[in-house]
Amino acid sequence: MQSAWTLLSWGPQGWLDDIAYGVFITVSLALATLPIGLLIGFLVALAKNSEEPSLRLAGNIYTTIFRGLPELLTLFIIFFGLQIALQKLFQFFQPGATIDVNAFVSGMIALAFVFSSYASEVFLSAFRAIPRGQYEGGYAIGLTDGQTMRLIVLPQLVRIALPGLSNLWLILLKDTALVSAIGLPDTIRQAIIASRVTQQAFLFFGLVTLIYLALAIISSFGIGVIDKAVKQQDVRR
Amino acid sequence: MSVADANTAPPPALPRRWTRARVIGHALLGLWIAAGLGMIWFLVTAWDPQFFVKYGPWYLSGLLTTVVLVTISIVLGAILSVPIAYMRMSDNRLLGAIAYGYVYFFRGTPLLAQAFLVYYGFGAFRPQLEAVGLWWFFREAWYCAVLAFTLNTSAYQAEILRGAIESVPRGQWEGAASLGLHKWLTLRKIVFPQAMIVALRPYGNEIILMIKGSAVVTLITVYDLMGMTRRIYSSSFDFQAYIWAGVIYMAIVETLRYATEWIERRITRHLKR
Repeated sequence: MQSAWTLLSWGPQGWLDDIAYGVFITVSLALATLPIGLLIGFLVALAKNSEEPSLRLAGNIYTTIFRGLPELLTLFIIFFGLQIALQKLFQFFQPGATIDVNAFVSGMIALAFVFSSYASEVFLSAFRAIPRGQYEGGYAIGLTDGQTMRLIVLPQLVRIALPGLSNLWLILLKDTALVSAIGLPDTIRQAIIASRVTQQAFLFFGLVTLIYLALAIISSFGIGVIDKAVKQQDVRR
Repeated sequence: MSVADANTAPPPALPRRWTRARVIGHALLGLWIAAGLGMIWFLVTAWDPQFFVKYGPWYLSGLLTTVVLVTISIVLGAILSVPIAYMRMSDNRLLGAIAYGYVYFFRGTPLLAQAFLVYYGFGAFRPQLEAVGLWWFFREAWYCAVLAFTLNTSAYQAEILRGAIESVPRGQWEGAASLGLHKWLTLRKIVFPQAMIVALRPYGNEIILMIKGSAVVTLITVYDLMGMTRRIYSSSFDFQAYIWAGVIYMAIVETLRYATEWIERRITRHLKR
């Protein structure tokens, strides 16, 4: 039996390079999901904050659906459902065609849905924390709707929403572990393979858990830096 | 109606104009309605009484597994969270650090990784576990799932409990002390009832998160609602398997959400004026 240090070395003997590749997939998936989720979440929050009832209802339906479904189920529905739907669509044009949906893209879409439904709630409560006078002041000096939003509301919104969004980022990082279930070689998947081959399950799952913990700690530091920068802007204002 | 009344009556409401927001809102609602109708159409065309006769009991057994798993974990986690919250709030630096580390570990890592660590990870120590007579416990995926979930939720619940107790102002403690109540009585009669109002919503959220999070036990071979759904899908190749599971999960989550809101309205009646 090989020693733990050999198993954790870099190269053909050890598994560290494989685990590192998994961490790369995990982090890039989370980073790729973040901007999409933020954008959708912001738009949904705009809809839910609107004075138009139909727009509010449409936004609320979105949140209810993606907050009510388990993340794993959303992932499966998107992964298999997208495959079936695209297959039907392509067979309409070209019978006999088979489609393989990319696991990374499916994971990204599913996580973006989940992230954005929570982010919309964070943005919505931030919107409600901004007094009406801020909008009215914007209009009074002749800014258009878009300019008021961009120049006056958004900078304040980011400051108010930041703690909630950093929480969601940590949740997103943990939720990426689920994509191992649809075969994407993320950190967890690599640990499953490594422990199956080497029979050292505790070593690898312990390592992977610590890696996630390290990612969370690094994120907290990053969030702290962003928080400080935003607060400094606040003072200068 | 007198003349004065007619003069003071409000002017008739203007017809609502088709603003851009209204057009977009109606378009999006139309999309949702189309998606809903599409789903209903899919379920109608895929309607097969055999499906329910055959797989209905599977869904029920999966649902039962999920409910039992979450109930046991939440209750055990609530019990375990009390000493953790106590340690977290104590003046002893060492106890505080241990509790902080515990909470940070279980909140900072994915539930899936914790479940794998308990089920597969401890499985690697089979000879040692057999020697101490604990192998029967770690052999069963069900027990491992309960253990991992209990530890996970106890960390979250400890933070909820701590936050709620700390949200009660110091003056409440001091007032009780000046009336001569001792600490335990103050906690039970004065602080706890106020803390529970604050804690209710987070507790409700935690139960909802556990129900949704419990879907990952299917990956350590426990056949909960999600696991049964995967089994039904792989045996029937019928996509409606996933849609029905989604409907069941959403029904549970929405029920819990409304129940929490109802309880909150009920227990805060004395605060409304």
